[in-house]
Amino acid sequence: MIRVFLPAHLRALASVEDEVALDVAAPVTQRAILDALERRYPVLRGTIRDHVTAKRRDFIRFFACEEDLSHEPADAPVPAAVTAGSEPFLIVGAIAGG
Amino acid sequence: MSGVRVLVGTRKGAFVLTSDGARRTWDIAGPFFGGWEIYHMKGSVVDPNRIYASQSSGWFGQLIQRSNDGGKTWEPVDNKFTYEGVPGTHMWYDGTPHPWEFKRVWHLEPSLTDPDTVYAGVEDAAMFKTTDGGKSWHELSGLRTHGTGSKWQPGAGGMCLHTIILDPNHPGRMFIAISAAGAFRSDDDGATWRPINRGLKSQYIPDPDAEVGHCVHRLAMHPSRPDVLFMQKHWDVMRTDNGGDSWQEVSGNLPTDFGFVIDVHAHEPETLYVIPIKSDSEHYPPDGKLRVYRSRSGGGEWEALTEGLPQRDCYVNVLRDAMAVDRLDSCGVYFGTTGGQVYASSNAGDSWTAIAQNLPAVVSVEVQTL
Repeated sequence: MIRVFLPAHLRALASVEDEVALDVAAPVTQRAILDALERRYPVLRGTIRDHVTAKRRDFIRFFACEEDLSHEPADAPVPAAVTAGSEPFLIVGAIAGG
Repeated sequence: MSGVRVLVGTRKGAFVLTSDGARRTWDIAGPFFGGWEIYHMKGSVVDPNRIYASQSSGWFGQLIQRSNDGGKTWEPVDNKFTYEGVPGTHMWYDGTPHPWEFKRVWHLEPSLTDPDTVYAGVEDAAMFKTTDGGKSWHELSGLRTHGTGSKWQPGAGGMCLHTIILDPNHPGRMFIAISAAGAFRSDDDGATWRPINRGLKSQYIPDPDAEVGHCVHRLAMHPSRPDVLFMQKHWDVMRTDNGGDSWQEVSGNLPTDFGFVIDVHAHEPETLYVIPIKSDSEHYPPDGKLRVYRSRSGGGEWEALTEGLPQRDCYVNVLRDAMAVDRLDSCGVYFGTTGGQVYASSNAGDSWTAIAQNLPAVVSVEVQTL
């Protein structure tokens, strides 16, 4: 299972209180994780990436294993620890707004 | 009619203020959607318990929320606003072409006959419509593509479609306004549009009386006289008596004719309200005095309304969608400020009371007469 941690506002939208556990088929990539997340919680469509281009929203960041994966290709494999479920895939609202 | 519900959108959430017909005591519910910008909320006149809210955030984009119980509970509905076809370009601040990009919904206008039908005015300026209660939205692309779209340019607040007025007497006729393109009219339910800016003069554009390019801040109409519209432009208060075919200035004796809001008394079609703001760079009232100005003659002659409003050291702004009126026998007038106050008058503006004092900056105010 892939563990996904959402920012507070998106947890409220999805009506979840903690991490989300998702079944994601290999190869596990950012795109595969987000596809699975949006299938489970359709209300999140458009809040993390653009509806049409599927581009990450400007003030969203993807972290895992203490690395910033935000600029990695959407189809690149995520770290093995995320695939193994020992580390969460973090979706983070960037520091912005002063 | 037994009461009033005031829908207040702020920079950090939504609030619902309720009172009985006396309008002396108020309950404040909220914040709903805390931390999100609520550009606008509006209820259906057909089903007042059906309310729509535009919820947006720089982080997470746009959501549309819907309530079926008068704002007590909410559910997110569809948030996909996709321009029809290849969006093309409009003019950027520096005069170069810039691709059309959806940013947020500024205004939601429910149909006068169907609670599931709603029009949405968005940034970058375009008009969308839902007929299924917000579950899906489609663009009325005839506006954006009608011919002058490539010349439209954003104002300081973005290129937003912020005003939608549905004509209750002529089905299919509607008026909209865009900063900084101007006012437009459709007579076929949004399929085709034409600019209605003749008579506007704007010194901040190269051709002061151009067909488009005017920074219209707000339009208002009394439902009994749909051919008469009032406009608060960037500078100038304007009036048309022929559905926008031509406009004349009615700023008269206002201390400044810059401002954002304008509205019409619920029962007196010639009684108007504006809140003069010092200038386009100083977004606060002249002399530190928050004054509503009322005209009982359809413009031209204005009187300052000050009782109950701060008359010293007041430097708030009142944004374009932040004034509304109720329809009780003694017309109530309401407005919200960027300082988080919501002021109400239950006597058509003669005196005012702060019914909320410490909200986040107020973006929009709408009133439902229940």
